[in-house]
Parts: sequence; structure tokens; C-alpha cells
Amino acid sequence: MLGTGIIKGMVETARNFVGSYHDPERLTTVQYPEERLAPKENGRSFPFLVFDGNDQQAGLRCVACQICEKECPPQCIYINKSKDKKPDYVGKLQFYPATFDIDISVCMSCQICVEVCPFEAIKMDQVFELSTSDRFGKLLLHKPQLAKPNEYFHQLHPTDANEVDARLGEEKRKAEAKAAAAAAAAAAKLAAPKPAPDEPTKAT
Amino acid sequence: MQSLDQIFVTGKQWLLAFLPEALQPVGSILLVIAAIFGVFATLFAVTTILERKILGRIQNRFGPNRVGPFGFFQPAADGIKMLTKEDIVPRDADKIIHFLAPLALIIPVALALSVLPYGRNMVPVEFDAGLLFFFAVGASTELSVFMAGWSSRNKYSLVGAMRGIAQMISYEVPLVLSTVTVIMIVGSLSLVKIVEAQSGFLFGFLPSWHVFTPWGFAGFFLFMIAATAESNRSPFDLPEAESEIIAGYLTEYSGFKYALFFMGEYWGMFAISGLSVTLFLGGWNAPFPFLQFIPSYIWFFTKLVLIIFTFIWLRGTVPRLRLDQLMSFAWKFLLPLALTNIVVAAIWFFSRALQFPGALGLRWIFCAAILAVSYVWLGRGVAQAQRAKRVYQYAE
Amino acid sequence: MAIETTFQPKATLGRTAPGNYTLLPKTPAGAIGGIDGTVLEVAMGPHHPSTHGVFRMDVSLDGETVVKLKPVFGYLHRNHEKIAENTTYLGSVPYTDRLDYLCSMTNNWAYALSVERLAGLQVPERAEYIRVITAELTRLVNHCSLIGFLMQDMGAMGTPLMYAFREREKILDLFESLSGSRMMCNYMRFGGCRCELPSGWIEQAKKVVTSFPEFLDHFEALLSENEILLARTQGVGVLSKELAINASITGPMLRASGVNYDIRKVDKYGIYDRFSFRVPLGEHGDVFDRYMMRVLEMRESLKLLEQALAQIPSGPIIDPKAKLRGFRQKPGEAYARIEGPKGELGFYLISDGSPNPYRYRVRPPSLINLTILEDMCLGQTIADAVIILGSVDIVLGEVDR
Repeated sequence: MLGTGIIKGMVETARNFVGSYHDPERLTTVQYPEERLAPKENGRSFPFLVFDGNDQQAGLRCVACQICEKECPPQCIYINKSKDKKPDYVGKLQFYPATFDIDISVCMSCQICVEVCPFEAIKMDQVFELSTSDRFGKLLLHKPQLAKPNEYFHQLHPTDANEVDARLGEEKRKAEAKAAAAAAAAAAKLAAPKPAPDEPTKAT
Repeated sequence: MQSLDQIFVTGKQWLLAFLPEALQPVGSILLVIAAIFGVFATLFAVTTILERKILGRIQNRFGPNRVGPFGFFQPAADGIKMLTKEDIVPRDADKIIHFLAPLALIIPVALALSVLPYGRNMVPVEFDAGLLFFFAVGASTELSVFMAGWSSRNKYSLVGAMRGIAQMISYEVPLVLSTVTVIMIVGSLSLVKIVEAQSGFLFGFLPSWHVFTPWGFAGFFLFMIAATAESNRSPFDLPEAESEIIAGYLTEYSGFKYALFFMGEYWGMFAISGLSVTLFLGGWNAPFPFLQFIPSYIWFFTKLVLIIFTFIWLRGTVPRLRLDQLMSFAWKFLLPLALTNIVVAAIWFFSRALQFPGALGLRWIFCAAILAVSYVWLGRGVAQAQRAKRVYQYAE
Repeated sequence: MAIETTFQPKATLGRTAPGNYTLLPKTPAGAIGGIDGTVLEVAMGPHHPSTHGVFRMDVSLDGETVVKLKPVFGYLHRNHEKIAENTTYLGSVPYTDRLDYLCSMTNNWAYALSVERLAGLQVPERAEYIRVITAELTRLVNHCSLIGFLMQDMGAMGTPLMYAFREREKILDLFESLSGSRMMCNYMRFGGCRCELPSGWIEQAKKVVTSFPEFLDHFEALLSENEILLARTQGVGVLSKELAINASITGPMLRASGVNYDIRKVDKYGIYDRFSFRVPLGEHGDVFDRYMMRVLEMRESLKLLEQALAQIPSGPIIDPKAKLRGFRQKPGEAYARIEGPKGELGFYLISDGSPNPYRYRVRPPSLINLTILEDMCLGQTIADAVIILGSVDIVLGEVDR
């Protein structure tokens, strides 16, 4: 009979109308500034640089290898290599980025820089409230803005961070053992108590 | 209770007493105009926010809830926005007609609102031919649609106006024919008399509203469908079909003129819903004897709001018809059904003479059967798409 | 009424039209434009509410009847293929997300599959299962939103669209917890997937899959019997079987015309041969059949998902031979296609040994399905043209690339 389908549909909408008042499952809207969704561990917005310890210059993991700069699909990373070197987490002397800029107005949050980085130096942030009144200057993030401590990384991606820390710790232990062995060998050979030149002194 | 019911009537008389006798008729008119504009402008604001909230809830959203408590000051914000917007008139538009079109909508609608009885002794202008006047001025809103569409010099506007004219003129016919039954039974064109005819209770508790008779129910049904089409509401919102012709005849309107159009359409909806309340739902009469202590105007506006809620509910459910389907629905379904309903009303009227016990039930069954059969028969003709339920095959 | 038109694809396209090309009412030459000035030419788009993006239909209307329709696209062209030829193989993966932005997972898969063919990489079993699961979830997302959009085009004040989006949210939540992004997933890699499933993901997915049929039932109660919907869709925009084949239409649109062609069955790529599912076939090829195809396919996808979620094995998720950095290939070429939610999605790659492909070509289902728009719309009204366009299921990101 004419009209039954429409009546069925109206019953359906009425069900939803009433249901929206008592069934929180139905209302998927989140009242944003007051309510927020819990961030997901895998969530990603824009990249940041991880540093160990407290000093972001000394602890920066990035060695300015520029792989991310080359692999970045929209080409939004700009790195200038330093002239001098600084010791990295295992104490090996490495270049570091003199400048490291990411243009987040171009970045498409694809996470490829994170995947290709061999040094676990660049990771994905989850901040999203980045609107500014300056379209060019403020959306170009520089090294001081990008560098964030390892603890922050732990907060955002605990699983990933623990795994990375375990791996880096392992490498560091190996490097230290190797260095100690080398030092011991050198000491035995030269009978001199001077430490090997690549012995880590302050990088802990 | 009596005083609360008549508070607006006595209040008006009290206010008029301050004026010299010669000015009292003019003062009375001005008061009524102010009341109509005030009440319906408020109702318009409330309806817009309610519509958005109800539609939101139907769609499992919150609806606007930022401005004021529960978002109820949203209409004020919208109003300010509309007033401060640039009023754009296309360069090639017919500027005078473009300017006059919203006025040509709002004035007839306001006139139509002035003949409705809102409560006991509360009818702004008491006409003996109130119903006729209502349709006379109500029909002239079509002019405004065409003025707007033609003067905008926009193809979408023109298509929208064409659709609007075709639709509104077609649906005028079943709209008027469905009210003919009421006129036949009551024997008067006066809206006040029609309401009075529906006061009283059958067996002491059943309201003797027209909608509770077979012809009245069918008439109400037809009237509401035609009213939906007349007020350009979904599923008959073809003249301003957003997904097809942008905004139809409103495409080139902005700012305050757009707001006026918007308000005019809502007022049109209020007017036609108010008329359906008056004709079929007992006007300002209470549904049950023990509820009669509630003032009459409250009953009128409650019924009005319920009808508006149904409009919103329907709007949230159904897709839009196509123009040719709309036309065939009007001429092949509504019109024959309205004519059948007139015959049924005549049968009902003349069978009043039957006074044996059970006569009422017999009349009821006979009239309802005629209507049901014609509904099913005509419905099958119009819903050709419902030929057979399609069965789909699967490939492995 | 008889529509007079001289639209002749034979003449315009310069190739022989199929013999069954009888959809168009053929009338004396010079009729169009010669209907003594009564034809109204309307440019619908590129900023029209229901063209699904920036798409234009140059429509000639006789009253409300479409007598000529010229689709114009390219407004969203952004050099996708040329960009991909200038970036590394890996760097193109996030760009494929942005082709058909509603179903990034299937786009990723099609691209990954063609690179795997090029490089001869093997995909571990677990990764294959994850691919099937994400692809079928993507199909649900796409079909759900498509029906919502179609109803929106039909003028249903957003209600079906909102219900569809409510369910889509749940699947997008799954995608977010899996890949970090709701729509631009960038999840598949050559030889597997990017990251392991987060803990509890399978259970969440199972929950979504088990609650979905109930939603579909309610959704169909709202729509499938609605008289207005039936009147609007049945017999509208009919696409005959032969014409669909000749115009190389693929996907649900082809199957709505009654052609049994599903690449999941034909190619059996991935591990689709392990699951039992059926392919619904339409009969009339009108808008209603296209709508029903989507509903029925969603139900079949759910069956598929149940099987895949129950059977998923453990193991590695990426081929150990696959490498991300400095991926380059020996000279060669490869074409891989999958059954995307919209139709056959294919990627054609030619390698010259450098880190970027020498030639990169997308076979977008939306674009090719759209080419037949005029033939479906002629003789229908302007309101029908809108819903026919809606039923084709286009995403302009993919049409214009």
C-alpha cells in the first residue's frame, strides 16, 4: 500500500530521535573544545626531533644524514649540515643539523621520514592545534621548536618508544663494551692509562 | 480560569480604554498587527532553532548548542548575521521586482494570519468568509515566487520559479477541495463558526473534532499533503531543491531579503498549519473535558507546534520527489481522492437522519470503506514503481 | 515526450559506436540548438552542491529534460602521475591515499601490488589477511558514504548520510588506531604492511563487523522501501549490459547492469580464493539496482570480514627482502589491478632502473565510469541527472588526479 515505506522510514527516524537522547552510542559528536578524544597511540600529525637528556643541542639524535629530506614526498624538510661534529648517543662523533626546518604547511603527515630514519631521530607528534595568523613564518618550524625530549616521545608512543630505547640501549652497551675492550686492548698494548679517543666521556 | 483564558481580550480592551474613543478602532488594529508580528516573529525564531535541533537529533547530532543556553539564542545570532550581510543584487536583475518579491510574500502571508481564530474570542479580523479570504491571499504568494525567480536573471532561479508555480497551482486544487468537506458539513465559511462546530464532546469524552470522522481524517490527510507542497517543505521542496538547482528562486537573494523570504515561508507554514488546526483539529478546543481549564490559545499553539514538528520529522525522513511525479501525485491521486472525499462527506451529512442504534457505527464503516478502497486503488496507480519487489541474483 | 537531439558519439568520438547504441533518441539533424531558442543551457558546477566536488556538467535543458550533457572535469587536476614519476617508489604511497580519498587502503593495495609484481616481492600470509580486512572495511566505508551521498542528492536532508557517517566513524577509528590517520592511511608497503596490528584491534574489528548488519537492516528499513526513493530510482539512468561492457565500466555499476565481473573472483589476487563470498548481480541497470548492489556488497563484505578476522594467522607482516630506503628496480614493467570499491583500480609502472618509476599510470574507476554519464542522462530530467551522477560513485580526486 502506498505510504507504508514512508511510515517505516519515519518510525526509523523517530527511533533515532529518541535514541539520541538516551543512547550515547548514537551521538558520535565530540564537543571539541570542552571534550577531547583520547589520543591514539599510532596517531600522527607532524614530525618532531627526539633528543636524549636535557640539552636539546647535545642530545639531538639527528645526524643530518638528510635521508628524510630526500625521501620526503612533498619535500618539506630543509636541513643544513653542521661544519663540526658532536658525539652521538654511543659517543661516535657525528655531524648534526645546523638548521632543521619543517614546513608544516606543506607536510602531509605521511610518516615516511619516520620510517626511513636510521637513527630514530624523527618521530610523529600528535599536536594539532597549530593554527596561526602567519601563514608562512609560523608554519615553518625550526630546530628549537622541533626538538622534543625522549620523555615526550614516551608519552605519545609508549610501545614504540620502549622498543626504540631498548634497541638503542643495546647498541650503546655494545658500543661501550667494544670501546672498553678496545681501550683495554690499547692499554694492554701501550700500557698507557689514557682512554681511547672515542671513549664516551660525557654522553651518558 | 475564565480570566486567564480571556486575558489578552481584556488586556486589549484595558489598553484601548486609554485612547480617545475616535482613535480606538485604529488603536485596535495597530495592537492586533503588533501582536501578530510579535507572536509569529518569535514563533519563527523558535521554530528555526527547534527545527535545527530536532533535525540534528534525528540525524544523531546535537544541533546548534553554542549560543546561549542549549543554543537557544542562535536565531538572534543568525538574525544579526543576516542583517549585517551585504545585500547583493545581480547587475542584470530587474531591480524593482527583485526588491518587491520578498514583500509580495510577507504581506499576503501576514494577511492570511489575521483571520485565524487563535483562541476563544481571539480572532484578529472576524470575517464571515474567513476561509475564502485565507485562500485568496494565500494564493497570491505564488506571485512572489515567480517575481523572485524571474527578476534574478539566473537560470537556476528561473527553473525554480517554474517549478514553484507549477507545484503551487497544482496543489492549490486538492488543498481547497479538501476544505470543501468542512464547509459542507459546517455550512459556513467563517473560521470562528467552524471551530465552534467542533466544540463539545462525543459520549462526554471524545472530542468531536473533524479529524475523528472518516471524511475529516481523509480531508486532514489530503490537506496536510497539499499544505506541505504549498509551503515548499520536504519532500515537495522542489522549487528550492538544493541538490538540483542550488537554491531555486532564492539563489540570488542574500542578507535581509533572504531573511524575509525565509521568514515568509515559515509564516506561510504557520498559516497553513493554523488553518488545518482550525478546520480539522478543533481549533482552540481542548482534547478532553478535564483539560478545559487550560486557556484556549495554549491549545491552539500546542496543536500548531505539533503539526510543525510533524513537518520537521517528515523533512528529516524522506527524499525529494521529481517534478513529473509531483504533478502526477497531485492530479492522479490527491485530486480524485479529494473528490471522493466530497462525496463521502455528502453521504455522511445526509445520513445524519438515520437515528437507529448503531447508525453511527454503520455510517463510520461505510464511509471509511469507500475512502480506504479508493486510497488503495488510487495508490496502486500512482506508485507504479512499487510493481514488484526486486530479487537479486548472486554469482559464486 | 520525444526528445530531439543529434548527439552522436559516433561523430564526436570518431569511432564506431556499438550496434546496440539505441539509448539515444535519434532525430533529424540540427535539432539541438535549433529548438527555436527554447533550450536552456545550464553549467552545473564546478561549484554546484551535488557534483561531488569540482565537476561541471554543461547541460542543455528542454524544460527540465536533459537533451545534451557534457561532463567537464580537470578542476582538481594536480599532476598525480607526474609527481609520482619524480618521487621515489615509496614516496608515491601517501599520494595514492589522495586519489580516492574515501578508500585509501585499496589505493595503497593496488599500488603496492603493482610494485610487488615489478620487484617480485612475496607478501607474508598475515599481511595478506590484514590487506583483505582493511580493503573490505574500506569497501564498507565507501559504499556507506556513497549511499548517504546519493540520498543527499535525492534531497533527503542529510539523515541517511549522517547514519552512514556514524557507522563509518567506527571503521575510521579502527583505521586510526591501526595506521595513525583516519583517511590518509598510508598503510601498505611493498611486500607487506607498515606496522603490526595494535593489541586488541582484531577484537575491536570483530565488534564493528558484528554490529554492522543491524545497522544495515535499519538503514534499509529507512530507505529500501521508501516509495519516493523507489519512484525516483527505478527505471532511471538505465545502463544496458552491452553498453556497460563497451564503455569498460567496472565495479558495482557494471554488476548492476547484470555482468558478472568481479576482479576478486576473476584475478583472485591476494588471498581472495580462500574465502567464500558471492557477487550480487543486478538486472535492470538503473539507479535502484546500483543502490542495491552497494547494500548487497556490503553484506557480502561482512561475510568476508568475518572469515578473515577468524582465520588471521600470526607471523611477520612484511617480506624481509623488502627495503624502504633506496628502493630501486631493474628495468621492467608491471600492471596490477584490484577490485576497488568503485571498480577496477589499476596501476601501471615502468621502471628504468632509477629510484623513481619511468612511467606511472593510474587506471581510475571513477573516471572511466563517469564517461558514460551522458548516455544515462539523456532524456531524463535535471533532477535525475543529479542522482545518476551520484549513483556512478565518483570521487573527483581520482577522476582528475
